[in-house]
Amino acid sequence: MTAFLALIRKDLILFLSDRRALAISLALPIVIAAFFGSLFGGGSKGSAIEVALVQQDSSEAGARIAAGLKSDPNLRITPMTMAAAEAAVRKGEQKVAIVLPAGFGEAAGAALFGNREKPAIPLLYDPSQPAVLAMVKGMLTQQVMSVVSAEMFGGKMGQELTERSLRQLEEKANTDPDSKALRDMLASVQKYQALPQKADAQGGQGAKGLSMPFTTQDRQLVNGKAEQGYNAYAHAFAGMGVQFILFMGVDMGIGILLMQRSGVWNRLLAAPVGLVQVLLARAASGAIIAFALLCTVFAVAVFGFGVHIASLAGFVGMALCFGVLTASLGLVIAAFGKTPEAARRIAMFVVLVMVMLGGAWMPSFLFPEWMQKLTVAVPTRWAIDGLDAITWRGMDALAALPAMGAQLGFALLFTLLAVWKFRRI
Amino acid sequence: MSSVLLSVHNLVKNYGTRRAVDGVSFRVLAGQTVGLLGPNGAGKSTTVGMLCGLITPDAGDIFLGGERVGPGAVAVKRKIGVVPQELALYDDLSALENLRLFGALYGLRGKVLAERIDTVLGQVNLSDRARDKPATFSGGMKRRLNIAAALMHDPQLLILDEPTVGVDPQSRNAIFDTLEALQAQGKSLIYTSHYMEEVERLADHIVIVDHGKVLADESPASLHGRLAAQAALRVELAEPAHASLLDGLRSQRGVTSLSAEGGAIDIGLAQATDALPVMGWLQQAGCRPLHFATARTSLEDIFLSLTGRSLRD
Repeated sequence: MTAFLALIRKDLILFLSDRRALAISLALPIVIAAFFGSLFGGGSKGSAIEVALVQQDSSEAGARIAAGLKSDPNLRITPMTMAAAEAAVRKGEQKVAIVLPAGFGEAAGAALFGNREKPAIPLLYDPSQPAVLAMVKGMLTQQVMSVVSAEMFGGKMGQELTERSLRQLEEKANTDPDSKALRDMLASVQKYQALPQKADAQGGQGAKGLSMPFTTQDRQLVNGKAEQGYNAYAHAFAGMGVQFILFMGVDMGIGILLMQRSGVWNRLLAAPVGLVQVLLARAASGAIIAFALLCTVFAVAVFGFGVHIASLAGFVGMALCFGVLTASLGLVIAAFGKTPEAARRIAMFVVLVMVMLGGAWMPSFLFPEWMQKLTVAVPTRWAIDGLDAITWRGMDALAALPAMGAQLGFALLFTLLAVWKFRRI
Repeated sequence: MSSVLLSVHNLVKNYGTRRAVDGVSFRVLAGQTVGLLGPNGAGKSTTVGMLCGLITPDAGDIFLGGERVGPGAVAVKRKIGVVPQELALYDDLSALENLRLFGALYGLRGKVLAERIDTVLGQVNLSDRARDKPATFSGGMKRRLNIAAALMHDPQLLILDEPTVGVDPQSRNAIFDTLEALQAQGKSLIYTSHYMEEVERLADHIVIVDHGKVLADESPASLHGRLAAQAALRVELAEPAHASLLDGLRSQRGVTSLSAEGGAIDIGLAQATDALPVMGWLQQAGCRPLHFATARTSLEDIFLSLTGRSLRD
């Protein structure tokens, strides 16, 4: 036991004595996680979409559409000239520009009941933001339908249009049954328009137009704090923490290869300690360091970025299991690496692929379904999903048990492989 | 008569189709220093690896104090100290921390560990640098710390694998002083080297290996006795020696070999005392030596005679 503890103590002293490496091990995951976290929305529940509005329609309907768009909390509307809007979208400063052309309100109203050609609303968009375009289209449709239909049923423009349409239909009504039916409907609309406008029961406003015949109730299905929801920082800290701690695991493995080169390894094995004891001591020190690093990274995430840990026991369990996984990866690298230089190159490649497939860079729920199924064979997927579970998903330690078990399983496999290979050397 | 501490029987080690060690056998008596001499690639390091229990022999046995030595034999390793050819130290740990680690590996702790650290640092004259890191040491100081680490558990047998590689003459002498002090304490040493002068200075028994085989396993005196020439005389003349002079020299009593190049003549002598009559004959023959020198034959000559090649080939 004295020898085992001495070997662990030695590794911890060596790790802590290299202050620069220690600072980098801690600073890099934090800085990059903060960057990725803010990039994907940080801890907020989503930000408004930047949209430019080119208001060429000076009608009342046009003004109401613009006002409706501005009041939508999902949009941040900036009025612009056509030239400025084009330039802003080209530069990526605005994701979409809505152009309300002159006479749009009247033309849209005419197209609603008549056979007039539908007016077009030009939408200028950044080609890198096709999803945003679809969202803006949906919100614009809602506003236009509401304003134009309200205008048609209660506005001055609607009355004028109804009268004009009725005059045109009167001539055809005697011969065309469809025109007669439309004339009857518009006559009813005209009667409705002639009624005194009632105040809106709720808002005290005038007549409202057509609106979506339903609303949605959006509930985030996570445990724990209801207001927590998806937290991009939580995922980014999990992903980057895993990535950079695995890099530390690579260094740990390379350290064994360097010890072999320097003769220290032979000196250790010449002592009355077995190979397995030396390997396990190395793994234990690696696991302790990885555990401490992950705890420190998440301490910064909690206190600096508002990440919530739903289960402390779950987090400690996950961090310990990930520490063991990291250490065992280091052993495999040392066992199968021929030289420190060659092993470092291959190991870095393997780790990068592992963290990419594990969802460190982009959450695994964004992967195609086949890839989501395939990547359960990647140990980092379990590490990151487990950390996600006990942070932003708000689950308890029990829910993280499969992730802990999977990591320990991979760690056992790696350790057995390493011991087997070391015994053959 | 000293008891046998280490006995090595017919060791064999193959790496693929290459046989690195081919039936090596020798013994080390208690208190004896055995020089394991051979050129690079002779099989010395592989043999040392098997003696330390780091490499499993394909055949053969090693016994230390009656206990079998091998990778699985943990207890017997407490009796062996190893000084690897490389500087097997942690550069980022202080000398003290290095020794603390290597002592702890052998089960030392607490007061005993602290006392042993003081003792070995004193043995290698590094007491004043205990808290410094080896990275700040000179090459010779690192070598001495390398030896100190192997002495922490006070082993019965110290195996030194080329411990003076890359060391300046002054540091080499400091290392020899340390080793001679250990000899005086009755420690058994195995000293591998391809420097004959080091082995000649330290060893009281020499094992010469080449191509994995033992070529000689004798005392230095016995090895010297193998050579026809026990001494060498080098004479430098003003002019190249003519054939009749060389023929005359060959016929002189005690001359065992002769070679000439330009004005220099190298004469092998059966005994060092044969040098004077040979010099007298040269004077009588009308030769006026510009310079002459005598020397005892070295292990280099012995190795050359055994293998037909130089130790440093």
